[in-house]
Amino acid sequence: MKAWIAFGNIFMKDMRSYYLKPPNISWGLIFPIAWTLMFFLRSPVPLEVRDLLPGVMSLSILFGTTSMLAVTITFERKSRSFDRLLLAPISLNLLMLAKTTGAIMFGVINAFVPILFASFLTDLSGINWPLVLGSVIFIAITSTFLGLFVAVSVSQVFEAQTFSNFFRFPMLFLCGLFIPVADLPVFIRPLSYILPLTYGADILKTAVNNNGVLSLSLSFLMLLLFTAFLFSYSIYNVNRRWIL
Amino acid sequence: MKIIEAENLTKTFNGFTAVNGVNFHINRGEIFGFLGPNGAGKTTIINMLTGLAKITAGQVKLLGEDYTRSVKKAQALMGIVPDESNLYEELSGRENLCFCGALYGMEKGLREARADRLLEQFELVEAAGRPFRAYSKGMKRKLAIAAGIIHQPEILFLDEPTTGIDVGFARQIRKLIVDLHRRGTTIFLTTHYIEEAERLCERLAFIVRGKIVREGTVDELMKEAQRDNIVRFTLGGDFSGLAGEFKARFPGYAIQAGQDSGVSIHAPAPFPLLPLVQFFEERSLPVYEAKIVRPSLEEVFVKITGIEPQKMQNQQGPKSMKGPQGARS
Repeated sequence: MKAWIAFGNIFMKDMRSYYLKPPNISWGLIFPIAWTLMFFLRSPVPLEVRDLLPGVMSLSILFGTTSMLAVTITFERKSRSFDRLLLAPISLNLLMLAKTTGAIMFGVINAFVPILFASFLTDLSGINWPLVLGSVIFIAITSTFLGLFVAVSVSQVFEAQTFSNFFRFPMLFLCGLFIPVADLPVFIRPLSYILPLTYGADILKTAVNNNGVLSLSLSFLMLLLFTAFLFSYSIYNVNRRWIL
Repeated sequence: MKIIEAENLTKTFNGFTAVNGVNFHINRGEIFGFLGPNGAGKTTIINMLTGLAKITAGQVKLLGEDYTRSVKKAQALMGIVPDESNLYEELSGRENLCFCGALYGMEKGLREARADRLLEQFELVEAAGRPFRAYSKGMKRKLAIAAGIIHQPEILFLDEPTTGIDVGFARQIRKLIVDLHRRGTTIFLTTHYIEEAERLCERLAFIVRGKIVREGTVDELMKEAQRDNIVRFTLGGDFSGLAGEFKARFPGYAIQAGQDSGVSIHAPAPFPLLPLVQFFEERSLPVYEAKIVRPSLEEVFVKITGIEPQKMQNQQGPKSMKGPQGARS
């Protein structure tokens, strides 16, 4: 019970201090709009909003969660306030879950901003909403843990940003968000399958347009494995690098 | 009763031994201090005791229970105030205290009540709603101490509590430490200010290059440097030319004229004062004051460690901390 009081307060403090701040809320609104407009303006053929939706949602989650978490944890680490959390009598696993829950929720909320906009522009009937929710949550979790993985691998805020981009920008093109994986050169395709977003985006495609190419159970299994790996590796890194 | 016991505590970083087989204990209700220069290993030891650093070798017990491998349980009984503030800049003073209380599982009502009481005790009520970033260094340190005790820990670790803050706040913080001690809090503090250690600590350990070189009460440590029994007399009148007569009357004693209107008498063993007073008065030299002179802790520290006080002083130290101290009388 006592540990959960700590968990709840860490989560609430992060929501208030970071995620519910106006600049971050505006990020959640502007980012999907900018991506959608970019595709509309640059596409030589007319595009269906619904076709873009899984990709834009995935990107909103990916960029929202990784940016915030990698930066906030690195910042707290730098200002030593993270030490106060490490000194609290709660397990490292629960502490890191508390730190990541805010980012996961931020990612989930970000994902529904494009849906909200799309609802004014196109017909959203026939979408498998439970599957959308499941995939959004899993994408948010794996993206957040990717941000955590970045945060515990660097020591400076600028390194966190640079290192995040090292993963994020290739994922734009490799995860089948806008270019199907099957259209990528053969030698690049294996890379797509070692990135969690490939599986999350494919589930979203199935949920929104029923045009995913991977089996749902395989995709969920892979997302579970990525979740376990990224979280465990991050905890291992915290133990190794931060508790010297 | 021993609260903390450290046995053969050792820490190495990439082949460098920062702490080398340190043994000490802290009794319930006492202020125990580590005195040593920067880089002696004081903070590393605190980090090992509190779970911020892994222990390379040795063991630590809290209330008789070894927690070397299970620090989380022990952390609930500890309050920690690091040498640099680690509270949240964007939160107010009160929010910081409440947040710290929540980290120890305190219910909302309880942590709010304690936070208010501590803000009052630490004279921070007016600044309670201000963001922590707007606090002065001294206020930040006071709030950090309040945050360290909001959950009423068994032991409070204070790492260099007055380093880098001005005279007034340093004095307030030392007073707070004494108050906390009076209320029964066990305190482990590290400092490189000799005067602070002498004023606050009941027992002390001198730490140099990762090793404890001496440990004991301030009086025990003083005895080590006490070579002679010295009494300083403040006299009226002219006492020049007294040495010959004095030596004839008190063989084995030495007399030394001071810079002011006084003389110091050195003897190999404790001696009665009355014959000396009579000796001076017979020569129309009224005795205004007689003081037993004991070595200062600084002298003891220099003698034992070989480290000059100038090397102990941090340039950012509080202005109240003098360099070389006068004799402790």
